[in-house]
Amino acid sequence: MREMVKMVVTLTILAAAAGGLLATVKTTTAERIEQAVLDYVQGPAVMSIMENVTNDPLEDRFALTIDNEDRNFFVGKIDGVPKMVALEGKASGYGGELGVMVGIDIETGQIVGIGITTHSETPGVGSRAESDIRFLKSFVGIPVAEPDKIYIGEDDGEIANIGGATVTARGVATAVRRAGDMYRNNESEIKTQVEAFAG
Amino acid sequence: MAKTIAQEFKKGLWDEIPPFRLVLGLCPVLAVTTTAENGVGMGLATTFVLICSNMLVSLLRNNIPSKIRVPCFIIIIATFVILVELLMQAFAYGLFLELGIFIPLIVVNCLVLGRSEAFASKNKFVPSLADGLGMGIGFTLSLGVLGAVRESLGTGMISGVQVFGPSFEPFEFMVQAPGAFVALGLLLCIMNILGKK
Repeated sequence: MREMVKMVVTLTILAAAAGGLLATVKTTTAERIEQAVLDYVQGPAVMSIMENVTNDPLEDRFALTIDNEDRNFFVGKIDGVPKMVALEGKASGYGGELGVMVGIDIETGQIVGIGITTHSETPGVGSRAESDIRFLKSFVGIPVAEPDKIYIGEDDGEIANIGGATVTARGVATAVRRAGDMYRNNESEIKTQVEAFAG
Repeated sequence: MAKTIAQEFKKGLWDEIPPFRLVLGLCPVLAVTTTAENGVGMGLATTFVLICSNMLVSLLRNNIPSKIRVPCFIIIIATFVILVELLMQAFAYGLFLELGIFIPLIVVNCLVLGRSEAFASKNKFVPSLADGLGMGIGFTLSLGVLGAVRESLGTGMISGVQVFGPSFEPFEFMVQAPGAFVALGLLLCIMNILGKK
């Protein structure tokens, strides 16, 4: 009996101490981790879309809870006036989840550019979606209000296919459509938030 | 058979170098050594866990009832692994993206549990520290060497520097999974030849 009590007490103390330590570390690193995710995952994609903005979109961001998930929105300004907003859409590709950052012009509702944030596509095949200029540029200028156009050519849309990586191209198009839908469904709320960054 | 501290430290570097002599902890050895940098990064993360868990297990060795020693070791090891994961996410996110799933898997790396069970739970603090440090450095070196071999043959480069000149045709097989087994086998073979006196 005494042995039993000792075992229970030892395990309890050990587990409690471990839990306490980890909780402390998690809270203290939370901010830095969020920053690292921005820098490494969403940051490069946002910067590649917003080439000619005059602010730092990573600094001028806000979060909205849509479908029970916190989502980041990045505001691009030209000479102090908010012009575009970027948000991330997700869909499945060939090898797993694809994340695509989509930049949208807030006046015209047109796509200004897209950038891949995360993917696990086949290196050298599906991974070309990251750098295939013809593919990435074919999204530019399409209004998010016309999702029928955001399909690859084979599916009667306007998006250029990536040779040998149709599943990936379809996945990216789906992610962009979802980002577009998210933007349209929450347009007024997003615009209110964006206006706060003016000046 | 009392060994000196220096001996405890040194055995991990050659006589009992983990992946090649003890052939322990092979999952990360095979999986993450596609480049020298990943190998060393993984090695350092494992070293940190190994040293910390060895020290703590050694300190607590008289307080842990022997019947539940394994769960206790696992709690201690898991705590340090999550610590490494959080710190890596915060300060070396690029490396974290590369190593991904293999960081949490350090918990079940039999090298770490093996040293707790076989060494730290029976030895004093300082020898346990030396053992952890030696084994960890040995593990890091092994992963670094294996990574360097695979990266140089598979891509012709080590950390972006050409090693074989521009006419070298990369042997891509070496950076894929089967190449890991072949490279490990060949290195084990070389180690055995060198070890035979």
